[in-house]
Amino acid sequence: MSSHFGAMAAFAMFVSVVFATLMRDAPAEQLQLGLRLFGGLVVGGLLAGWLLYPLPF
Amino acid sequence: MRRTPRGPESFHLARYWLGGGCRNIIGAMDRSTTSPYLICLVAWVIPGAGHLWLGRLQKGMVFLIALPSMFAMGLWLEGRLFPFDLEQPLVALAALADIGIGVPYFVAEFVGIGAGRVIAQSFEYGNAFLIVAGLLNMLVVLDVFDVAEGRK
Repeated sequence: MSSHFGAMAAFAMFVSVVFATLMRDAPAEQLQLGLRLFGGLVVGGLLAGWLLYPLPF
Repeated sequence: MRRTPRGPESFHLARYWLGGGCRNIIGAMDRSTTSPYLICLVAWVIPGAGHLWLGRLQKGMVFLIALPSMFAMGLWLEGRLFPFDLEQPLVALAALADIGIGVPYFVAEFVGIGAGRVIAQSFEYGNAFLIVAGLLNMLVVLDVFDVAEGRK
């Protein structure tokens, strides 16, 4: 894994796939929930990183 | 109980089986003959095996591929398989989470990988992958229990 973002995206993908498969039965609904979870995790991670960036520790 | 519709038999039979009728029959048979705890044990040992046993093929295959892959990626990122050290409660909890993945954990221990490299840039990522893979498999086991009990 060549970058922090790549590792974060891979992590988000695995978590999204498993949660979407667990929580929905129909493949179309699984896909929809998985994409929403993936987007939320990646955008949330970027947002958290951006907010924490100015902290000195 | 799903009803088999009337009409041209081959078409409706295929639609019935593809639509989950077969899965429900297999699931009902397993629920009546096998202990849910045994199914949970199998689901813990091999991620996805519980769903496969109960006829949830799509879910089982996803878990069978995704969870060991996540665990393997954690090892590749030089994460550490934590020891059961009760003097350090957080380390013991991390070890408990690691072992949640089942057989892949024991294979990694047997082969001797998973020592972790603290100075590696990806060390913490690796730990997160290993721990979360185990925790997700525990969720999968709980889901299998619900399916085996007929709640889902």
